[in-house]
Amino acid sequence: MTTTTTSAPAVPAALPSAASLRRSAGVRAFWIAAILAALVLLFAASVAFGVRAVSPHDIVAALGGDTSTVARAAVVARIPRTVLALLVGAALAMSGTSMQAVTRNPLADPGILGVSGGAALAVVIGIAFFGMSSPYAYLAVAIGGSAVAAVFVYGVGSLGSGGATPLKLALAGAAATAAFTSLVSAILLPRVDIVETFRFWQIGGVGGATWDRIGIMAPVLVVGAVICVLMARGMNSLALGDDLATGLGVNVLRTRLVSALGAVVLCGAATAIAGPIGFVGLVVPHVCRLLVGTDHRWLLPFSAVTGAALLVAADIVGRLVARPSELDVGIVTAIIGAPFFIWIVRRQKVRAL
Amino acid sequence: MTVMDAPPTSAPDVRDLVVGRRRRRRHRLVVTIVLAAAVVAVFAGTLMVGESFYGPVDVIKVIFGQTVPGASFTVGDLRLPRASLGLLAGFAFGIAGVTFQTMLRNPLASPDVIGISSGASAAAVFGIVVLSLDGPAVSLLALVGALVTAMAIYLLSDRGGFAGTRLILIGIGVAAMLESVVSYVLSKAASWDLQTAMRWLTGSLNGADWASVVPVAIACAVLVPVLLAQQRGLGAMRLGDDLATGLGVRVPRTRVLSLLAAVALLAIATAGAGPIAFVAFMSGPIAVRLVGPGASPLLPAGLVGSLLVMLSDLVGQFALDGRYPVGVITGVLGAPYLIFLLTRMNRSGGSL
Repeated sequence: MTTTTTSAPAVPAALPSAASLRRSAGVRAFWIAAILAALVLLFAASVAFGVRAVSPHDIVAALGGDTSTVARAAVVARIPRTVLALLVGAALAMSGTSMQAVTRNPLADPGILGVSGGAALAVVIGIAFFGMSSPYAYLAVAIGGSAVAAVFVYGVGSLGSGGATPLKLALAGAAATAAFTSLVSAILLPRVDIVETFRFWQIGGVGGATWDRIGIMAPVLVVGAVICVLMARGMNSLALGDDLATGLGVNVLRTRLVSALGAVVLCGAATAIAGPIGFVGLVVPHVCRLLVGTDHRWLLPFSAVTGAALLVAADIVGRLVARPSELDVGIVTAIIGAPFFIWIVRRQKVRAL
Repeated sequence: MTVMDAPPTSAPDVRDLVVGRRRRRRHRLVVTIVLAAAVVAVFAGTLMVGESFYGPVDVIKVIFGQTVPGASFTVGDLRLPRASLGLLAGFAFGIAGVTFQTMLRNPLASPDVIGISSGASAAAVFGIVVLSLDGPAVSLLALVGALVTAMAIYLLSDRGGFAGTRLILIGIGVAAMLESVVSYVLSKAASWDLQTAMRWLTGSLNGADWASVVPVAIACAVLVPVLLAQQRGLGAMRLGDDLATGLGVRVPRTRVLSLLAAVALLAIATAGAGPIAFVAFMSGPIAVRLVGPGASPLLPAGLVGSLLVMLSDLVGQFALDGRYPVGVITGVLGAPYLIFLLTRMNRSGGSL
């Protein structure tokens, strides 16, 4: 076995070489325009389609503020939900991109690494034992929970020789997720008063969106996103390996910590309002790297837009396939995302695992 | 030369070996007997305690078919099927889990971690909700689901050489997907019933009746002897396939027979009690700890599985305020154990 000395070997094996992923400005502009167009279309579709079928006439009327009929009221109710899906998707995708950069691990994702699960558990503990009810408390506790979970999983995953390899991190994340989920069940099940929300904290969804809650979460998401974008240059250097990055004058430890903080804030806030949703942060960065290249200054915003589009699309699918009931968006993303996860694992060389 | 030197120097070693071997065998026997006694004791305890207490005499009368007012219903119709299902399903999970762990030489490669239980669960839920099946048909469908899942995981991870680590990661992915399928199918069911949902997501003994016990009992009666007959071969395969072949083990036959038997046991137990979280994963390592290395852990692992399920069910029902399905208790126990095992594995450098 070639033991790794200081720099982890994971990413060079996982990602195509940087040269093949340098994209010209024209290509980038094209894909950004394309994905923005797709997002607009999906937004319209999300408002138009749902459990209840509504006519285009009603949609136009409802967008004008008319809620006189049931159909129009339904359309109006779909708008905050769509906005929430958009924000949560963007947050999770950016969080995943940052985590993949920080851990240099192609399998990093807030769901897989147990960070969303930690946030959900923290909120559940707050509700059940401390009678927490303010949305601000949810936010703070969720962000704290994700931070603790992230540190814990990274700590467990990087024990021993070889550092935090993709296999060890993914296993530690899966184990932590299993632990958090069991604890959430154990806390919620006997409490009849809050058992209604039980599913929400196991499988995330965007069904319960209100403008108030979105308004509380949005500023926190903006802060997280700004942190991540400011660290984009640093993330580019991290991809070169710790030694080279240090040689280029980058403070590796600070870059890691601040980027991870941004990722944790984004993931915690998203989980506080939408429950744990997996695989968005895994799939989106990989797809985006293929389209716009590996430069994080482009990759991060592009991931955000793509993640938003993905989650809105997944929510539409969830509303349509299980009529007359709805499928939580967390189920849809897992069914789409897990095969992708398997595909990435299959591409890896064994040694890199 | 070395051959001539060998006998005199190795003679005392052989005597040591024999003594050591005898001591280990005695140790294994004692551990197995103690475990079996504990299983019997817990089983009896489960029948006696509950909302109302019945003495051993009443319980024995009920088991032998006499009518005892009150006890006949409570013990005969409620507690006996529940305890039997816990005993049998736990045994099946334990022995199936340790078979996988032994064969793949990795405790993480237990069928509940790598998604085979989820496959059985998804197929069973699909059969019940979408196809409106019941009874043996559900067990059969769960069996098919588990076999297909096992095949799929094996084929997906076999890419230019077989790697255990890749198999585990792919299994985790498959498990995530299949659990979503279970949630999806359950959400299509007419009403979201938390009890049913918990049963298929984490495993539960609630609502156990003889109809769910019988398939598991038959599966155990047929398949456990098959597995036990393979245990010598399985033990040799731990040394590597080549060495096992050299020792006279028919490796492919042993592997196929044990895999099929383990998957079938697991699937049928899952159809009866749901995928009780982490029992298949925990039983093997605990049994190995108890009987020591070298010995075959199959039978002890089955007994540990039974104990885990029955004790967890008791705890879930009576020890805490509120009633929990057994899978939640084993989940709370198993998840920290999984993390403990991971930290130990990472520290000691990779292999478990």
